[in-house]
Amino acid sequence: MLSIKNLHASVDDKEILKGLNLEVKAGEVHAIMGPNGSGKSTLGNVLAGREAYEVTGGEVLLEGKDLLELSPEDRAREGVFLAFQYPVEIPGVSNINFLKTALNEIRAYKGLPPLEAREFLNRVKEKQKLVEFDAKLANRSLNEGFSGGEKKRNEIFQLAMLEPKLGILDETDSGLDIDALRIVARGVNQLRSQNNAFIVITHYQRLLEYIVPDFVHVLYKGRIVRSGTKELALELEEKGYDWIKDTVDAEGAA
Amino acid sequence: MPKERPEHQIKIMITQVSDSLYSQLIKTYGENLPSAEPRSLDEIRKQAFERFKRVGFPTVKHEDWKYTNVQPLVNQHYELDVEPSFAAIDLNNAGIPRLDAYRVVLVDGKYHAGLSDDVSDVPGLSIMPIDQAFERLCFAKYFAQFADKTDNPFVALNTAAFTSGLFIEVGKNTQLSKPVHIIHVSAARQPVFNQVRNLYVMSAFAEAEIVESFITDDAAERNLNNLVTEIMVREQAKLQHYYLQTATSQSSYLNHTEIYQEKHSLYNNYNCTFPGPAFVRNNINVRLGDSEVESHLYGITLTAGNQLVDNHTIVDHLKPHCESYEWYKNITQDTSTAVFNGKIFVRTDAQKTNAFQQNNNMLIGEKSAVYTKPQLEIFADDVKCSHGCTIGQFDNDALFYLQARGISEAQARILLVHAFAFDVTSRFANATVREYVEHLVEEGL
Ligand SMILES: Nc1ncnc2c1ncn2[C@@H]1O[C@H](COP(=O)(O)OP(=O)(O)OP(=O)(O)O)[C@@H](O)[C@H]1O
Ligand SMILES: [Mg+2]
Repeated sequence: MLSIKNLHASVDDKEILKGLNLEVKAGEVHAIMGPNGSGKSTLGNVLAGREAYEVTGGEVLLEGKDLLELSPEDRAREGVFLAFQYPVEIPGVSNINFLKTALNEIRAYKGLPPLEAREFLNRVKEKQKLVEFDAKLANRSLNEGFSGGEKKRNEIFQLAMLEPKLGILDETDSGLDIDALRIVARGVNQLRSQNNAFIVITHYQRLLEYIVPDFVHVLYKGRIVRSGTKELALELEEKGYDWIKDTVDAEGAA
Repeated sequence: MPKERPEHQIKIMITQVSDSLYSQLIKTYGENLPSAEPRSLDEIRKQAFERFKRVGFPTVKHEDWKYTNVQPLVNQHYELDVEPSFAAIDLNNAGIPRLDAYRVVLVDGKYHAGLSDDVSDVPGLSIMPIDQAFERLCFAKYFAQFADKTDNPFVALNTAAFTSGLFIEVGKNTQLSKPVHIIHVSAARQPVFNQVRNLYVMSAFAEAEIVESFITDDAAERNLNNLVTEIMVREQAKLQHYYLQTATSQSSYLNHTEIYQEKHSLYNNYNCTFPGPAFVRNNINVRLGDSEVESHLYGITLTAGNQLVDNHTIVDHLKPHCESYEWYKNITQDTSTAVFNGKIFVRTDAQKTNAFQQNNNMLIGEKSAVYTKPQLEIFADDVKCSHGCTIGQFDNDALFYLQARGISEAQARILLVHAFAFDVTSRFANATVREYVEHLVEEGL
């Protein structure tokens, strides 16, 4: 589904991603962990197409298509969805209108007619239930005055509505209370299928107890330096990052 | 949503001294002002002309015209009083979808009976060319009683030289079931400087909506339109008043509106300007002349190209227990300029005044400019006044967020500008006009 080869990216001429490789197949869930500032959100932003992040080398293919060529909206229409670490507030844009516009633009891109009002509302209801997202919030301005947890839950509600091929969850678990974490995880698990894939960026093993990953990667200094199965997350939880940092830095020095 | 920016942009102004149009006006009108019965009007015109003659056109040295240089405009040649060309006027550009209204068409200020609805059988409503109202009691009572007290030289010139315009009277207790839609068409086939004078009188307990559209005929030469409208809102009367400025770059406007409100009255102004007219200066002055008066001034200005749109407002609290609410939003694109100047006076008598003012600016064009100046002068001590202003760039994080959900950049911009304008558009009393304005915003981006 997603193939990242030797990806280099910089912000303000500062190189953040320094040769990142990652293969994600349909049906898989990959967790990405790593110390603060290692480049996890940068990867998400580069995949989603944020302008400030300049790709200086490497390639990214989504089902064989060159993702880096596409505008942010076309990436979304091709099925990339980034659940933001810090979702923005947009006063005056209603959550529901925004979703309707997004959904219909994605459908138009695929040559599908706009959803009928009834169908749309049914879908809203169904997905609201799935992620237990308060209907009152859905009708408010986009994220305006939402609590940190409500914003995160709104990201997952949008994900459920848009049904992307590749969902990238950037620390969706941070700021969620224990119940909300379970609800969000259950939502994601129900959306998992053989036709989509998820990249889950997190600092905590706890989320991975609910959304069980097929692979766990450690990102450090702009590269994936360790990959393993879910046991790697347990090991990190126990030992922290120092042992990995030390070996990687020693390799670098050598 | 816009990020605060500490300083306003500064543009260099070039002051030119020109007197060509001025001398043309003096030569044309000096000994020969328009004249009609009653003769009392002749005296008013004469005095107004003397005032204009004394001060002439303003330059950027005048505080009120600091950012709005009229010199290039008055440095050109115009015909002063042309016969209107009534042939083949196309009103399509003024059509407001689904608005059911009494239509009144003014071509270069002159009443066009053929294109206007006959309202003679609407009880309590009088609409006529202004020169047919000279003999009416309320004309004598209100004409030149308000606008001419200001020091705007364009008002003086207008009073002295106008020959066209509109008179509307909504009779006592009359509640109009449909809005009056006035369409101002600039159509002259030669360059023209129009002096258009309107007087609207809302009698006691009257209720009405007046929607004014400004358009340019495709065949029009460049035109400068000097409009003055005096509005009397009598006791308990209510007026909803819309300005929809959608003319083209051939047209420039000096539009002075002076409103006087009596006890318990309501006046709402919705002032909307869109890409098109090269130069627009609106002066909207509301005098809250008695207690329990309510006034709302809303503005939405979307500029493009090299346009200049300047909104100067005065909210003048003269008496106690009144409420005013003003909210102006400017969105500037390309190299355009928007000016907002909002004065609020709270006079000694005006205790328990409640006055609110807010001006928000969104600069889309990196080379566009915004000048904004709130001015509060408060002479009473028991009042509640607040004002605020923001200048910000387009929010690129919000834009990216919307794009990342599959929304095209163009559509995302529209959503964000609608959101920015929402505080104002959501206040529109007329939903049909609101929809039309939202559509014009989309078209103007
Ligand atoms: N827009 C930006 N402008 C400047 N520097 C940036 C920008 N975005 C990221 N960086 C820098 O790039 C580095 C990687 O940041 P990134 O947000 O990708 O880290 P992260 O792994 O997501 O960290 P965290 O776990 O704290 O979320 C950091 O040093 C950060 O300061
Ligand atoms: Mg991050």
